[in-house]
Formats: sequence, structure tokens, C-alpha cells
Amino acid sequence: MKKVFSRPKSLKKTPFHYCPGCGHSILHRIIGEVIDEMNLQERIIGIPPAGCAVLAYLYFDIDMGEASHGRGAALATGMKRALPDRIVFTYQGDGDIAAIGTAETIHAAARGENFSTIFVNNGVYGMTGGQMAPTTILGQTTTTSPGGRKQKRDGFPVNLSEMLAVAKGSAYIERTAVNSPANILKTKKAIAKAFRIQAEGYGFSLIEVLSPCPTNWKMEPIEACKWIDDVMAVHYPLGVLKDVTGDKRDAH
Amino acid sequence: MLIKTVFSGFGGQGVIMMGYLLAVACMYEEKNVTCLPSYGAEVRGGTANCTVVISTEEIASPVASEPEFAVLMNNPSLFRFQNQVQSGGTIFLNSSMIESRPVRGDLDIFEIPVNDLAKKFPGNKVANMIMLGAFIKKSDLVSLDAMARVLKDTFGNRNPAVLKSNRSALQLGYDYLE
Amino acid sequence: MRGNHALAEAAVRSGCRYYFGYPITPQNEVPEYMSERLSKLEDGVFIQAESEIASIHMVIGASMAGGRAMTSSSSPGISLKQEGISFLAALELPAVIVNMTRGSPGLGNIAPAQSDYFQATRGGGHGDYRTIVLGPNSCQELADLTYKAFDLADEYRTPVVILGDGMLGQMMEPVELPPEVQIKKLPHKDWTLTGAKGRPSRFIRSLLLDPFEEEEHNWKLMRKYERITKEEVSWETFFADDARLMVVAFGIAARIAKGAIKRMRDEGLKVGLIRPISLWPFPSKAIKELTKKVRHFFVFEMNMGQMLEDVKLALEGNGEVHFYGRPGGIILTPLEISRVISSYYYQKKLG
Repeated sequence: MKKVFSRPKSLKKTPFHYCPGCGHSILHRIIGEVIDEMNLQERIIGIPPAGCAVLAYLYFDIDMGEASHGRGAALATGMKRALPDRIVFTYQGDGDIAAIGTAETIHAAARGENFSTIFVNNGVYGMTGGQMAPTTILGQTTTTSPGGRKQKRDGFPVNLSEMLAVAKGSAYIERTAVNSPANILKTKKAIAKAFRIQAEGYGFSLIEVLSPCPTNWKMEPIEACKWIDDVMAVHYPLGVLKDVTGDKRDAH
Repeated sequence: MLIKTVFSGFGGQGVIMMGYLLAVACMYEEKNVTCLPSYGAEVRGGTANCTVVISTEEIASPVASEPEFAVLMNNPSLFRFQNQVQSGGTIFLNSSMIESRPVRGDLDIFEIPVNDLAKKFPGNKVANMIMLGAFIKKSDLVSLDAMARVLKDTFGNRNPAVLKSNRSALQLGYDYLE
Repeated sequence: MRGNHALAEAAVRSGCRYYFGYPITPQNEVPEYMSERLSKLEDGVFIQAESEIASIHMVIGASMAGGRAMTSSSSPGISLKQEGISFLAALELPAVIVNMTRGSPGLGNIAPAQSDYFQATRGGGHGDYRTIVLGPNSCQELADLTYKAFDLADEYRTPVVILGDGMLGQMMEPVELPPEVQIKKLPHKDWTLTGAKGRPSRFIRSLLLDPFEEEEHNWKLMRKYERITKEEVSWETFFADDARLMVVAFGIAARIAKGAIKRMRDEGLKVGLIRPISLWPFPSKAIKELTKKVRHFFVFEMNMGQMLEDVKLALEGNGEVHFYGRPGGIILTPLEISRVISSYYYQKKLG
């Protein structure tokens, strides 16, 4: 019998621990698929964050080195400079990359460090129990923004990807989502493109992925996916924010 | 033998350079040497000083308690170091810039108007070299030949005019004192 | 050679190809030298990072990849690096961290001090760990100990701290440089992250959610530290044979103390010196051993009494300990310190 669907070989046979409806599991799988399809398993190194995805090394069957909170971009810089012919990617959440790690990320982009970042934006600090994140949108309720994020008290959310698109050293910045089959496919293509242009030496690439967190959003998974389209994507519009390659192979 | 020398002046007067050149010349003559520059937050102005310790044995402290020699390029340096110099020690004093004179009677004092002498040179930047020439003649710590070699190695790969004017300033200082 | 240059050149000669730093006085000569030196090597990497924190994490990245990596800073900058140093210890990664200590706390000043002794020898960051700490006292030792630090870091897979001070870094002395290491001939590392080619994939992590697993990791580190304590203690003595009073000092303070001791010996005072070279592991046994012949110990530091605690622990209540310290970046002359020590010597009726 012909096998039409199976686990990517760059993922270990360990069941994900993520909550039902969480975007991390989907994202892990499509990254695994990209690694398989691009035949990168033997030359890719991943840098998982502090946060929900800290245990990513239990799932990916590739070399992985854990970074402390926010420092993924600095660690990746050191690693990629030491191993310029490997593919290096960081996997970071919104608190990690857009609050504590802002400096590391912006400077890595400005230097044009040749690695890729998968930035998972779910608008909350998931692992610590759903506190307000730098990307929590105005009005969104979290455990530290009771009654909804208020501009006067909490300030505006950070649009990190737009900031990174301005950096001269960034090559490719795209925002996608994993809330529908169509968006998942786009995300997969974007990740593949990021890895490819890294291999071609263009410089810093980042895919921001809007990802549902039904547990901390206190929603049903389907409701959470819909909320991404209806609310979140209004504040964080999907699409390519920067592409210096002029490459239309993955246009969608 | 253990000889300690302090060079002191404004930042920019080249006092650290004097200490450095002396230290390297001593190294060329196979002596043990340490050179300890003071460093301030400013690059120009402020005060700078540099302690050079020379010995035929291993040097314990690079910090000098009572130096034998003090090379003083400005007034504040005179006030700071005149009482630290050992009895019987020697002060080299930039008489172009220092109006006061040491109150102690137990020191040898040489006065050299190095800023006035330096005016003859293009760029007027060699006061420290004139002082260094006078210093090596009277201190007898290193030979003029060794110092000339150090100048060549230090400035030789830069502008040849710089080496030439430093070299002749060194000579002028050396010949200035009897 | 200037101390900071001697250190930087020795690092390159011991195979360091990855330097990440951030400017702070009085150690700027290290990044300046490294930027020039490493840019001339095909495999050399120099990055002036956006912060101390970023630079230590770049060190982590390069170390995971198997390279010999270094960063340097001075007191306030070292505080910022502590996060990464704790991670290096936990992840069991080799690295060399240089601290050219300045007057502190806070921003302090840029004058030389020894006030980071506690921070360096107690780990410094969060968690139950130690770093090897070496305390050079000359430009030659800055070169030699830095050279050695990379071997120790690799051998024990642990961060090694070079604890210098502003004066040592700025000072110039003749230096004999160690030979160039052949990087390809260095011992193979079987734990690096280079892509899982022809072998199972690896991960390096410090998150151990299961307390029993974390405890086992702590025990593993502790066993390593015990091995280091056994193997890597170093110190030197000076005029110890007939001493009736032993001065205990490290780094540049020991150098000044030596000058003072020479003066006191000229006056017939029987004063000697013991200088810990490895500050962690501390030469406790060597100090305890001295109590067989000497009862009086005089600890001199350019701080308010930090190594003093290790000396007291080493003596285990034996002998009498006296302390004199000048913090804040004050440099004593040998004459000044000799006066303090001799007055104690006479007070205790030792001569």
C-alpha cells in the first residue's frame, strides 16, 4: 500500500505536549516537512527559545541548542559565524523576540546576520500563564491586562516585523498565520523560502507566524482561528513586508 | 639595580610616549622593565603620568614609592611629584611651562625649556623628544644609540618626516645639557 | 607589550577565533586588538555586539559550534554577562571571560580594583555553579594564563574567568608569547552542534523540568568541580621559608606587596608572601599548611576584604588574620603598604 501521509523524518517519534488547538504543533510539523523536502536534516541547527517551545529539541530530530530568554538572535549570530555553511534558525515567541530580545534581534537584522527566525506571535506569554505580551493588542484581556490592554496604562503593542523590515540588513520578512489550511501552506512556503535565501547568503530572514493560543485566549480552537482573521490580522496584516531577492518563485 | 622614573604632564604632551620609549630602550638593552601608564577618562587635557621601573633583577612592584627620577612637563606635575622623589634624586623640569621651582634642596634639578626649543621644528610637536634626549643623557639609564633604534622601530613605518624630526629633537635635547 | 595586548595575542595563539565584545574602559585594547588580528585570519570572527548580554550569548553560540570563544569586559559589563556565564556553566560549554576590574559598585570609576573577587569566585550568576578563576599579576602571566584558560575550558567544558584589573591591562612589560596552537590538532569535541551528519542528532540544553534530573545535573557539575579542585590549584610563595608573618595577596596587589616585602626584608623583618594564582579553586591546603610554621597572616586586597573570607575558611580558625584593603581604585605604593604591615609586625612583637 502506498503511504500518502507520514511523520517527517526530521521529527522524533515523540507526541507533542502542546495544548489542543495550539499553533506550535502545526508549525513544528511544517518546519519538519521543509527540512525533509530541502534535505537539510544533516546540516541544520535549530535554536529553541525559553517559552512554550523550549522543549522543541524533544521533537526535532536535528541538532538543537537552547537559548536563554530573548538571546536567540545573539546565539544564532555566534553559531552561524562559526559555521557559515550550515543553516541556522531560531524559533522564538513574541515575548522572547519583541520584549526581552528586541535589541539582539534588531541588531542581528541590522548586521544582516545570515540566519532565519521563526517568530511565533500569539499575543501572550503562554508558558508563564497568559500574561500580557509586547504584541498583545489593545483591548485584549490577559492576566496582567485585566479589562483589556489599555494604551494609557500598557502602551501600544510592538510591530516588530515592520521594524525589522526597515533594517538595512534584513533580506526577507513575511507575516503569515497557521489558522487555516491555506495559511498553513503559505507559512510552509515562506519558511522554505527563508531557508533557501539563507543558503544563498542574502542575510537576515524572518517569518512571523500568527498562531492561536486557545488556552490563554480562553477560546475554543475554532473560535481562536477565526479571531486571528477577524481581529489579530487587522493589527498585524499578513503578507510579505520585505523581500530583497526579487524572487517570485514562491509568490502567492 | 632598581631605578624608578615618573613622567608627568598634561594629556597630549606625550608623557606616556616618553615612558614607553624608555621602557622599550631598556628592553633592547636586556634589562627588566615595567611601564605603568595612568589613564584618565579624557584623551586630551587632564593629567597623565607614567611610571617606568628598570632593574637588573625581577621587578616586584610596577608602582614606585620613591622614584629616583621625575620628568615634569607642567606645574601640577611639579606639585604632585616633587615631594615623592627620593632624597638625592633628580628632577627634569620643563621650564617653558613651569613657573615654580621645587622647594627641596636635596635634589638635582635640570631645567629645559622644551616648548621653546620645539618651536623650531615643523608642527611643534616634539617637546617630549627634546625632554627625553636631555633625560637619557643625565640619567644614563640607556644609551642614545638604543633610543635611536627604538625611535626607528616605533616611527619608522609611519611618515619618514616624523621619524626625522623626532630623531633630531632627541639629539637636540641630548646636546642641550652639558 | 601592553597587558591587554599580551592577553589578546595569547588568546589568538591558543586558537581563539571567535571574539565578541562591547566597549568599556579599561579593557578596550582587547577588542581593538582582536578586531584587527582576527580580521586578518581567514577563520577569525570579531563582532562588536550591541550589548554585553548579546556578546556573551554570541560566545555561547560559537562555543556550541565547537570554536574557542572569548569575551572581555570590566566590572559593570561583567555583571551584565552573568546571565550568559550561568548558562555556559549549566550547558557545560567552554569559554574564556576576561574581567579587567575597575572601581565599583555601580558605575564606579575606571581605576584598577579587585572588588569583583566574590562575583568571580562564587559563580556570579544564578544557580549552583563555579567558574575557574585565574588571577594573573604580570603581563607575562596575562599571556600565559589566558593561553592555559582555553585548554582548561575545553578540558572541563566550563567557563574560565581571567580576573585582572585596569592596571594590569594598561601596564607594559616585556612578554614572551606562547607558540601558535594548531587548531586541527586540538582534542576532538564529541558534543558540538554542527548538523547531524552521519550521527544521531544532539541537543544542548539547561532546562531540566524534572527536579530529580536537575539534581543529577547539579551533582554532575559538582563532581566536575571536585576534580578541578583536586587538579587545578596553583599558587606561589615568596620569602616563605623563615617568615614570621605571611602576606596573602593576589593579582596586582601581590605585586605591590612583593615590593613592600623586599623593603621590609632590607630592614630585617621576616615577612613572606603567598599568592593564590587560581582564585577558584583556592589554594586552601597550601595556606593551611603554612600554619605549621607561621601564626600571623596579613591579607592585603584592593577591596574591602573578599579573598579574606577564603583565607579564613582555609585557616579553619588557626592563626591570626589581619586585613588591610583599599577599594575604589586606589593604588598603594610599596612604601605605604610596607608601613602598614610593619606596624602590625611590631604590634604583634614578631621582631
